[in-house]
Amino acid sequence: MSLIDFFIRHQREIGQATLEHIWLVGISMLLAVALGVPLGIIVTRHPWLSKPILGGANIAETIPSLALFGFLLPVPWLGDRADRLVITALMLYALLPIIRNTSTGISSVNAAVREAARGMGMTENQILFQVELPLSVPTILAGVRVATVLTIGIATIAAAVGAGGLGEFIFRGLAMVNDQLILAGAIPAAALALLADFILSLLERRLRPAQS
Amino acid sequence: MKVEPDPDSAREPIIEFRKAGYRLPNGQSLLEDVSVAVGRGETLALLGRSGAGKTTALKLINRMLDPSDGEILVEGKSTLRWDAIALRRHIGYVIQEIGLFPHFTIEQNVSLIPRLEQWPAERIRARVKELLSLVGLDPDTFSRRYPHELSGGQRQRVGIARALAVDPPILLMDEPFGALDPLTTGELLKEFQQLQRRLRKTIVMVTHDVGESLLLATRIALLDGGKLAGIFSAREFLSAQEPVAAAYVANFRMYEEAERANEPH
Repeated sequence: MSLIDFFIRHQREIGQATLEHIWLVGISMLLAVALGVPLGIIVTRHPWLSKPILGGANIAETIPSLALFGFLLPVPWLGDRADRLVITALMLYALLPIIRNTSTGISSVNAAVREAARGMGMTENQILFQVELPLSVPTILAGVRVATVLTIGIATIAAAVGAGGLGEFIFRGLAMVNDQLILAGAIPAAALALLADFILSLLERRLRPAQS
Repeated sequence: MKVEPDPDSAREPIIEFRKAGYRLPNGQSLLEDVSVAVGRGETLALLGRSGAGKTTALKLINRMLDPSDGEILVEGKSTLRWDAIALRRHIGYVIQEIGLFPHFTIEQNVSLIPRLEQWPAERIRARVKELLSLVGLDPDTFSRRYPHELSGGQRQRVGIARALAVDPPILLMDEPFGALDPLTTGELLKEFQQLQRRLRKTIVMVTHDVGESLLLATRIALLDGGKLAGIFSAREFLSAQEPVAAAYVANFRMYEEAERANEPH
């Protein structure tokens, strides 16, 4: 049986697993942006918090994913359901690029622009929301893009704790020494990563403000 | 030709430095014991070398910096007792790098403070037109453009229009004509002189150019090494004995001498 036949025959299951995968990654990314962008802003406002925040995110980044799932398993509410656990872990992985790019984006806003804004009598919040953040959007989106691609890959390991997704095929294929099964997980996961990368880079380019 | 302030209003100071000084957190002193009063409608040039404390002095006026010693009064009230935001909106601010917002059109740049002050849309539109015409830019051509589509001189005009948006009585300018080519600077200077005569703002400008000071300022405050070396009218400055002032004048005269040397005999 060729690989194409295999994909056609199992298209429903593969589709289902792909949707699960997108859901896991999507929710994790939403949470990571909701948490990471404010943390990135805090880092630029209070430089002394930069070490603990970026350091913490850095540590999360270095923990092997399987081990991180293991560490989170005994945590009360989180460990109760596999998807909660996986979403939390994926979010932790996605945080670092988002925090780092948010703070880089904000601190690379032209000093003259910031001085003019302050000198004209804009409040700190007005400067943040009307000047610094809009000018940082492309940099922040680049962070989101890196984080998304990373998370799509790591999410395949979610199957190890029973959260579903495309990793199911990979693990099953490994156990059964079945290449087609492995590819049924790996190919859609890779395609998903490429697609996300493409869409986010388009968005990034469109939102890049006019620059001198 | 210079703007002569109304003799009566000139006596009423709108900005006043009282033994003002500024030190960095590490203790290094950038400005020491400066006392000078600026009358309403007057144009004061802060002249000096790089590092003389000119920009520091300017930033003390709109609370971009707070004085370490002494005080600065604006409209008779210490800057420390002003709300910083209210003070800055009372004072137009133009810097050399201009700092136009790259993601805003010219119209949005100029109308920023009116928008923050929640002026009605109709009034904002009319004001932007008025301001752009005032600085010699055709509103229909430039309103929708972005800063990077403009030349340096055009951008500087937008910077001045933006600073005048809510018609503040005071204008602070930090080397506003500094980064342009000499011909553009000359054109802008001449136009700005006209503008000054029409608007009668109180202006404090930082410059290291004697010609610019003589052309625009009613008085020149000479700063040297963070200290006030003297305050001169244009006439006094040209014949000043004070060594730094004399050095500036000698330097300025160099061009006249070059001209004389090349005259046909």
